[in-house]
Amino acid sequence: MKKLRSLLIEIVLIICLLFLGIVWLEKSSGMSDAKVVNIYNWGDYIDPKLITKFEKETGYKVNYETFDSNEAMLTKIRQGGTSYDVAVPSDYMIQKMRKEKLLLPLDHSKLPNLKYIAPQFMNLAFDPKNKYSVPYFWGTLGIVYNDKAYQASEFKSWNDLWDAKFKNKIMFIDGAREFMGIGLASLGYSLNSKSDAQLNEAYEKLKALTPNAKAIVSDEIKTYMANEESSVAVTFSGEAADMMAKNSHLHYVIPEGGTNLWFDNLVIPKTAKNKKGAYAFINFMLDSKNAAQNTKYIGYSTPNQGAMKYLPKAITSNRAFYPTVAQIKQMEIYEDLGSKYLEKYNDLFLELKMYRK
Amino acid sequence: MQKSKFSWANIYLVCVFIFLYLPIFYLIFYSFNAGETMNSFTGFSLHHFSELFSDTHLVIILLNTFLLAFLSALIATFIGIFGALFIYYLKRRSHRNTLLSLNNILIVSPDVTIGASFLILFITLGTLFSGFSLGFWTVLLAHISFSVPIVVLMILPKLQEMNDSMITAGYDLGANERQILKNIILPYLSPGIIAGYFMAFTYSLDDFAVTFFVTGNGFTTLSVEIYSRARRGVSLEINALSTLVFLFALVLVVGYYYISKDNQGRSKKKKRGVLR
Amino acid sequence: MKKYNTLLAVPYFMWLIFFVLAPVLLVVGYSFFDQNGHFTLANYAEYFSSGKYLLMTFNSVWYALLITVITLVISYPTAYFLTKLKHKDLWLLLIILPTWINLLLKAYAFIGIFGVHGGLNSFLGFFGILPKQLLFTDFSFLVVAVYIQLPFMIIPLLNALDELPASFIAASKDLGASATQTFFKVVFPLSLNGVKSGVQAVFIPSLSLFMLTRLIGGNRVITLGTAIEEHFMVTQNWGKGATIGVVLILAMIVVMIFTGEKKVGGKK
Repeated sequence: MKKLRSLLIEIVLIICLLFLGIVWLEKSSGMSDAKVVNIYNWGDYIDPKLITKFEKETGYKVNYETFDSNEAMLTKIRQGGTSYDVAVPSDYMIQKMRKEKLLLPLDHSKLPNLKYIAPQFMNLAFDPKNKYSVPYFWGTLGIVYNDKAYQASEFKSWNDLWDAKFKNKIMFIDGAREFMGIGLASLGYSLNSKSDAQLNEAYEKLKALTPNAKAIVSDEIKTYMANEESSVAVTFSGEAADMMAKNSHLHYVIPEGGTNLWFDNLVIPKTAKNKKGAYAFINFMLDSKNAAQNTKYIGYSTPNQGAMKYLPKAITSNRAFYPTVAQIKQMEIYEDLGSKYLEKYNDLFLELKMYRK
Repeated sequence: MQKSKFSWANIYLVCVFIFLYLPIFYLIFYSFNAGETMNSFTGFSLHHFSELFSDTHLVIILLNTFLLAFLSALIATFIGIFGALFIYYLKRRSHRNTLLSLNNILIVSPDVTIGASFLILFITLGTLFSGFSLGFWTVLLAHISFSVPIVVLMILPKLQEMNDSMITAGYDLGANERQILKNIILPYLSPGIIAGYFMAFTYSLDDFAVTFFVTGNGFTTLSVEIYSRARRGVSLEINALSTLVFLFALVLVVGYYYISKDNQGRSKKKKRGVLR
Repeated sequence: MKKYNTLLAVPYFMWLIFFVLAPVLLVVGYSFFDQNGHFTLANYAEYFSSGKYLLMTFNSVWYALLITVITLVISYPTAYFLTKLKHKDLWLLLIILPTWINLLLKAYAFIGIFGVHGGLNSFLGFFGILPKQLLFTDFSFLVVAVYIQLPFMIIPLLNALDELPASFIAASKDLGASATQTFFKVVFPLSLNGVKSGVQAVFIPSLSLFMLTRLIGGNRVITLGTAIEEHFMVTQNWGKGATIGVVLILAMIVVMIFTGEKKVGGKK
């Protein structure tokens, strides 16, 4: 009993100490009194220095919270009980959130810096006239290879991946739209295909690709490629930028014949309590200098035309990350497929994963 | 012969401990890396630590995480002790088994299922109260909830081993229920209780999915933060954080042990002959 | 006795009602609805008729079984030897300590250790063994899964073995039993309760592992956890996800029946 009691006293003591510590820290960082803007973003997806700068310039306090997938974020915003002022969903998710009336329309007059966004990134199909969203970063789906093993000429089109020399060599990103997309694109079909015949054709073709799959992994693909666990991977340009920063032997190419074009966007969800702060934050992030600073930190491609002149030429002239307007025209943005086809894609993908063994 | 057998046992234990600590040391080693990745060590540096200390946001999350773990495990242990006693004292075996199955449902359910159903539950209950919002309290409730069954699971075997004649003897000597509980049952259960507490503590520290679903503005835990950083790659700052947590916990554990050993030595001397 | 206990068990019952029964009813309820909110039995029909889900179920049970057995085999001697050491409590805490470091980080550490250019392969390289592909194999998956589960098995075992009265063992030796006989006739039967709760604490959660199957296994093994994750997070068809959840609960009840108290029913 004595042992239990002394343990109990110690635990209670630790709890009190921790509580005091939190109160003290929150006070010293001014969390409790200032007007707070709640930002809901992917983890580590903004330069922390910009948050500090924003707080200094505007007097708002930023509460930065994070999610790890679009769907997880959707569930949280849909169910309520939270008050996020700004969120960062991807393209197809915006379409879905729009349908479910989870977004507030943007008043463009409160976003003067919107003028810096390049025209080809405005008024896209997932959000006509940018009624609800402002692009934050964008990118593509492509192939990363290690120059110790391969060269760019070996990845001209998606069909090259079926080559027998890649047996058990390729890493794929774990996403149904992406994997099915490779099959669809290699056949010349749309990535948003809703034709059962096309999907089945792609499925049959992809069966032949499964022996080449070394692993189907998610975020950890960066670690694997940087560690040279594999020499070729199909992944997003953002991920590619991260791994290339860690290993200089890695290169990113976009195969011909169409690929996915993706956007992460700033939106104001209907849960917002501090709309004024939300506008201030979005406008702040649209400022060319801030956007350039953020781009340097994150390493993804920025849609901000004004930011280009603050970025090194080596970045902005890299066609793998800033393809030409003509190239972009060939790419496709994911559309929300609706539940029936979303499930069809995922079921086929699951079967391919299981077929693989 | 006795001696050589003992050393084989020691070698075995050393191997198990090396296995348990290998990844931890790997993480700690790279927290001192001058470079930014865990695949090549480019030189010694403390800059990940200085980065960490200037990041108040992360430090608050760390303290929150531990506050939550200590507190939720404590409350779960109290609930679990009396739950286990209740199950044990049920007369019919079929009732015991039914209750035990119910008890274990949260252990078997995948985290996403628990998280999603708790979220719906909180939102539904929340509409009854004005000014309800997700945050510390909902996370605390959720953590208590998924920790209770493991506490029960740790205590029940001890109860089943308990010798009922001790309790009968206690009653014969005129002790009341409170005294029996305090002086006989709880001391006997204490290894189970302590094991249960630490398991609950571990569950709380490790949980990601449930916390993610039931938290709201202004409250996150370390797990949620780390998982959501995965898309951009987990930086070595997190390794530095883990190093500090590990060293702190180690000092705490060893320190606690020596303090409690001193106390025990004393109390044993006093008690000897009274109870045993 | 009864009155006193019942009153104290009130929080436990509140917990059972609000956090077990209510969510379970919710999950069971969801499993009977399709995505448009219509009542349906299709989720169950699909689960039990499609080879895909049955194979996943088989995979889950098989790997959970492997993980549990390996964990038990490693843990039992560990716990047994630990009880013979002097500073038992300290060792117990040291077993728990590694679990306080985030799981994802430890998984990343294993990626580094098992990599083609990683620690283990360069260690083997000293003995002239060529680098091997260790990741994305059953071997590495099982090692990491066992690693994660070890403390959850050792603790209950230690807990059970710890308070074995030394007099029993002495008595057994006095009666002329060999060390092996003592172990199998006295020690092991008496620690059986600990084995049971350890098996429950490891086997049951192992059924729905999903992160490690992807992170370390490279999605070469697909278990029910993967499917649940997909249904709850990606396709957001909670009905199907809930169906698998219900199946898992049923599987748990089966495990409980097998490892639960049998005919003897305790000392009462």
